[in-house]
Amino acid sequence: MTNTLVIFRRELAAYFSTPLAYIFIVIFLALAGTFTFYIGGFFDRGAADLNAFFYYHPWLYLFLIPAVAMRLWAEERKTGTIELLLTLPVSTLQVVLGKFLAAWCFVGIALLLTFPIWITVNYLGNPDNGVIVASYVGSFLMSGAFLAIGACISALTKNQVIAFILAAVVCFLFLMSGLDLVLNFFQGWLPRFLVDAVAGMSFLTHFSAITKGVIDLRDIIFFGSLIGICLYVNVVVVDIEKAA
Amino acid sequence: MISLIGLTKKFGPLTAVDGITLEVGRGEVLGFLGPNGAGKSTTMKMVTGFLLPTSGKAYVCGFDVEERPLETKKRIGYLPEGAPLYGDMTGEAFLNFIAEIRGFRGKEKAKRVARAVDLVEIADVLMQPIETLSKGYKRRVGLAQAILHDPEVLILDEPTDGLDPNQKHHVRRLISGMAKDKAIVISTHILEEVDAVCTRAAVIAKGKLVFDGTPQALEARSRTHNAVAIRLKLARAEEVRQGLSGVASVARVEAGTELDGLANLLVIPKNGQSIVAEISEFVRARGYPVEELQVSRGRLDDVFRDLTLRG
Repeated sequence: MTNTLVIFRRELAAYFSTPLAYIFIVIFLALAGTFTFYIGGFFDRGAADLNAFFYYHPWLYLFLIPAVAMRLWAEERKTGTIELLLTLPVSTLQVVLGKFLAAWCFVGIALLLTFPIWITVNYLGNPDNGVIVASYVGSFLMSGAFLAIGACISALTKNQVIAFILAAVVCFLFLMSGLDLVLNFFQGWLPRFLVDAVAGMSFLTHFSAITKGVIDLRDIIFFGSLIGICLYVNVVVVDIEKAA
Repeated sequence: MISLIGLTKKFGPLTAVDGITLEVGRGEVLGFLGPNGAGKSTTMKMVTGFLLPTSGKAYVCGFDVEERPLETKKRIGYLPEGAPLYGDMTGEAFLNFIAEIRGFRGKEKAKRVARAVDLVEIADVLMQPIETLSKGYKRRVGLAQAILHDPEVLILDEPTDGLDPNQKHHVRRLISGMAKDKAIVISTHILEEVDAVCTRAAVIAKGKLVFDGTPQALEARSRTHNAVAIRLKLARAEEVRQGLSGVASVARVEAGTELDGLANLLVIPKNGQSIVAEISEFVRARGYPVEELQVSRGRLDDVFRDLTLRG
């Protein structure tokens, strides 16, 4: 536990010791604002809610989260520091958890910094703040799922660009899996219940359920177990590379 | 303290390390020699638990590296090849991180870091990001990280690679100073290093252990071990060469370079026996015009080439 914390602190500090953290946060905030006000038509809707804000989060995460996740393992492999890290008295699980939690915390910080929009909407009207809190929780959970996928893929390669592209594609498939674009591909040859299973993996479906203000246990379990599975695979991948 | 039994590592069809069996005890400094790609680093990676062996076992302080990785990693200080470090951290932040992972807190942590910093003399660059440091300083930060917890087993992969002669000397002195109560393995392809710090040498070629013994025994393998180098006036070189060839214990006499009217001869003994007394007496009795007479201990380079290119 303490080892996980030590690694968590080092990783989190590493984000802020390079321009990466600041660039990410600025771009995240700028894009979130742009989507909300221009594309989402925040003012035109005339409604006191943040639907226009949260609606675009999956798409923001789609390319911003893989950018955070790509360096997690690929960079260590490239610079060779992974050899240093894995020969310290820590377990692979502790390293995987420490890295993931640091990245997730970092994304959480970026997400928290969108608070002015919450203040704005409260200033302009009387929104249902319960829905907004639920949406923030849902958005944070979804970002964790994106991150876990990205971390897992980052462990497979020492090339950060490959890690980014693969993670973005896999995240895109998860995002779209409820839509015909993906489902049509499976419908011809997979049995009905498997097609339904694929459709059930859709981030969009689970996320939009939460943004309606209902934190359904099933949605939390979905994101939570997806994170758990990805991190487990991450541990396995790192251990397999020892034996390779 | 380190015990390898038939350690083998295969990468696909390539056998990088092929059945190495080796023991290193407390107080020993083992020089791990071999050409590039011989399997030195791979062996070290298996001892430190970064790679798992395809077959065979590695034990550190009695613990199986594969079965009890945390126990062995606690007892090992490791400088990986090229001394990889987190470049964006300062030396201080980095060493604090290592100290925390090693389980030190508060005063004990500060004491450990200060001691390591002191030993490798990096106090004046501690606040700089590691990536801005020179190669020598980086290597020393890597070394500080390895010795921070005063480990029983120290594994250093090319610790002096890329350092200038002063820095090399410093690192070697540091290693010698710590040798008493540790088992130390250093890999190198610099042969003078073996002479300078090692109590034992192991030579590995194509993944196989081809020599294991003292540096002296390694030198004794040399063709020129105990040979006598003679420098004399060129005019009589041929006569002396023939004269010396007649001595019973001499295998043959090789003519070397000629310079400024002087010739160099190398008298090679039979079976590496010591012949210097015999030769100098012979030379004096005959009244040969010898300017210089020197015993060669044997060239490690020759042995190295012999051992690693054979077969």
